[in-house]
Amino acid sequence: MASNHEYSKVESDVLIIGAGGAGLRAAIEASENKKSVVIVSKSILGKAHTVMAEGGMAASLGNVDKQDSWKVHFADTYIEGVYINNWKMVEIFSKEAADRVYELERFGALFDRTADGKILQRAFGAHTYRRLCHVGDKTGLELIRTLEDKVLHTDTRILDEVVVTKIVTEDGKVKGAIGFSMREGRFYVFQCKALIIATGGLGRLFKVTSNSWESTGDGLAIAFRAGAELRDMEMVQFHPTGMVWPPSVRGLLVTEGVRGEGGILLNKEGERFMLRYSPKKKELDARDVVARCIYREITEGRGTEHGAVYLDITHKGYKFIMDKLPSMYNQFKDFAGVDISKEKMEVAPTVHYHMGGIKVEPETEATNVSGLFAAGEAACGLHGANRLGGNSLTDLLVFGRRAGLGASHYSDSARMGTIDEKEINDEIERIEAFTSKKNPTNPYELIEQLRQAMSSKVGIVRNEKDLNDALAVINQIKGKLDKIGVAGGVRFNPGLIACLELQNMIQNAELLVRAAIERKESRGAHTRSDYPGTNDEFLKNIVFRLENGQIKMNMEPVMKPPKELQEILLEGEKTNA
Amino acid sequence: MHEVVLRIKRSEPSVSAETRFDEFKVPVEEGMVVLDAVHYVEQNIDPTLGVRWNCKAARCGSCAAEINGRPKLMCKTRVESMGDKITIEPMRAFPVVKDLVTDVSHNFEIARKIPPFTPKKDTPTPFLMQQSDILRSKEFRTCIECFLCQDVCHVIREHNSDYVGPKHVVKIASLDMHPLDGIDRSNFMHSDGGLGYCDITKCCQETCPEDIKITDNAIIPEKERIVDHVYDPLGRLIHRIRGSRWQ
Repeated sequence: MASNHEYSKVESDVLIIGAGGAGLRAAIEASENKKSVVIVSKSILGKAHTVMAEGGMAASLGNVDKQDSWKVHFADTYIEGVYINNWKMVEIFSKEAADRVYELERFGALFDRTADGKILQRAFGAHTYRRLCHVGDKTGLELIRTLEDKVLHTDTRILDEVVVTKIVTEDGKVKGAIGFSMREGRFYVFQCKALIIATGGLGRLFKVTSNSWESTGDGLAIAFRAGAELRDMEMVQFHPTGMVWPPSVRGLLVTEGVRGEGGILLNKEGERFMLRYSPKKKELDARDVVARCIYREITEGRGTEHGAVYLDITHKGYKFIMDKLPSMYNQFKDFAGVDISKEKMEVAPTVHYHMGGIKVEPETEATNVSGLFAAGEAACGLHGANRLGGNSLTDLLVFGRRAGLGASHYSDSARMGTIDEKEINDEIERIEAFTSKKNPTNPYELIEQLRQAMSSKVGIVRNEKDLNDALAVINQIKGKLDKIGVAGGVRFNPGLIACLELQNMIQNAELLVRAAIERKESRGAHTRSDYPGTNDEFLKNIVFRLENGQIKMNMEPVMKPPKELQEILLEGEKTNA
Repeated sequence: MHEVVLRIKRSEPSVSAETRFDEFKVPVEEGMVVLDAVHYVEQNIDPTLGVRWNCKAARCGSCAAEINGRPKLMCKTRVESMGDKITIEPMRAFPVVKDLVTDVSHNFEIARKIPPFTPKKDTPTPFLMQQSDILRSKEFRTCIECFLCQDVCHVIREHNSDYVGPKHVVKIASLDMHPLDGIDRSNFMHSDGGLGYCDITKCCQETCPEDIKITDNAIIPEKERIVDHVYDPLGRLIHRIRGSRWQ
């Protein structure tokens, strides 16, 4: 069939979807391996959610605490992931983290320094030693600018403000992708040998979240539809401290750096309640623990009138705060009219990170679909049931690089994909159909319903009834998906993007809730009031895959680490106890 | 409930030359910012309203626009500080894509041309630097690339010059002032960068949402560098004999 739609065709050895830390690092690697690279991203270059990362990146450099080593970092990460991480990924990660930090410095990043001129490291929740290399409270910004600059000086072609709606495969092999440029109002067909998903997380499924516009889990949804396996979908991290007031900024992140630099948590009565729950680690216990403690204080009536607790750093004084936490000072000043050097902040947990995602091979980041790779928050395996603060920025570099390498090697022996006209036309027509419906349903209304249901029913503490309620809402919205639509065309039409995102969000939400129902225990970030204990029967990963249009769920037993790593874990458990 | 009227400039130049202002009534909530009000319109009244945003936390610099004629971030501007009728227009220094969205891609073309960070030869790794030495460069690294400084720059607005604009001078300064950077960008700044066109009116500095002292700390030192490196023949000679840094 001849094409009756206009589109541009772009070919590359490696196609990367997503221009956050992982996507950019992958591009640098593939480019250095002499591959032609195209990066496609939903936002403009340099705006990815990575810029929001504040506290730092974890690596056992031992610049501040000499005793630190990859082994301790390994143990901390695995133990706090409550043993459902992929041990091999954790091993690779903790061994390569330092190299990636030093490499970023050689690329031009300027970290804060120790007195003897080395990279300074700060304390963070559940890290045994001071381990977070940082740039004030703007580490993510520095990371993304440095990588952006590096990528701009390669031959990488960047197509930003492009939305990818479909990954095209044939016989279980990737051929390319189809999407459109918001800016040009034009459809694009990407043909490639290998494809890397680096699209980040799905925090926007929830009403109260620290995540920015992009994080609707698009990459997960399109990869799933192309046959990729998704794992640990139920594992959603609540960051203990998000802003609560005014309503306009509810959910906005308050960096863990505030607690890392000495901030304390107080309830309405002025009690430093973490002393009661966690006398040893106090405010710097793991994120799941601190989030649950705050949640408990609030639900038991010891919260503020806005449903929050207090975070207090006033004792450190203005100068210290402006030096170490300038963004936090400005954020509270600008948005809440609060001077954090004189007043306490009001904070409550906010959805922050998705530990689940696309299942990958630890060394190459390859998925079960040939030629499809994934890295960063979109991928899964490193963090298990709970992510340590500071581990995600390093994750982007370690596994972004490895995905770039994996995709490059794969493309050496792969053939360039050819997408046939029928497939292109079908996808273009599917998208254009949203703009040609009579009396369409407004997608924003349904998105709002979904986000409300997810925040109120799939929260920090879950139970079977609430989860089933959420599933009912999801199914109800699913039934209305064929009615959603919007006026206008393809060029910068937020309503059209909302239609496409809603489809992805619903798909992700369904898997997330189904996995949460299935995991009848409490582990890490997944807490069930009806199954409060951790149960060894669930030393498993819940894995979803699409087979002939049907969702298949598998419980895969966790691979046990080899003996030498188990010994490291035993040591770690002693220190962590 | 208190209401505010948004007057939003609408256009889609690739389709038609027509521009118009649409008015929308928006209920005001406590602490609401202009971007919240625009979202209200998008979600409840007109989902086709073109607007670019991302973090809604003044971190990403996506939502720059002219609010009551002033270049600002929509996410950082409180509704109550802008009166009962708020006019929102796209940035003027860039071509409009649609409604409030402009095409800022030219900035990335400039960024490609700026000589990247290049450490001095034989610098031992890992790097050793003092905190006091990185502070100057650090200020420039808070740039969120909102391009508001480019928008207010009258050289860019009114003259067809080669001047790269304040944003890029900030970038160059951040590289030049990296304690271990080993190359000189003053020739680039002088010729390709067109820094001579800037007559230090400081509009960019006043506009920067990150409070970077663009003129004082980036533009003026970079101009001085040009004077030293490009116009000082004796200095040039000495450095050529020594075989050091520039040329």
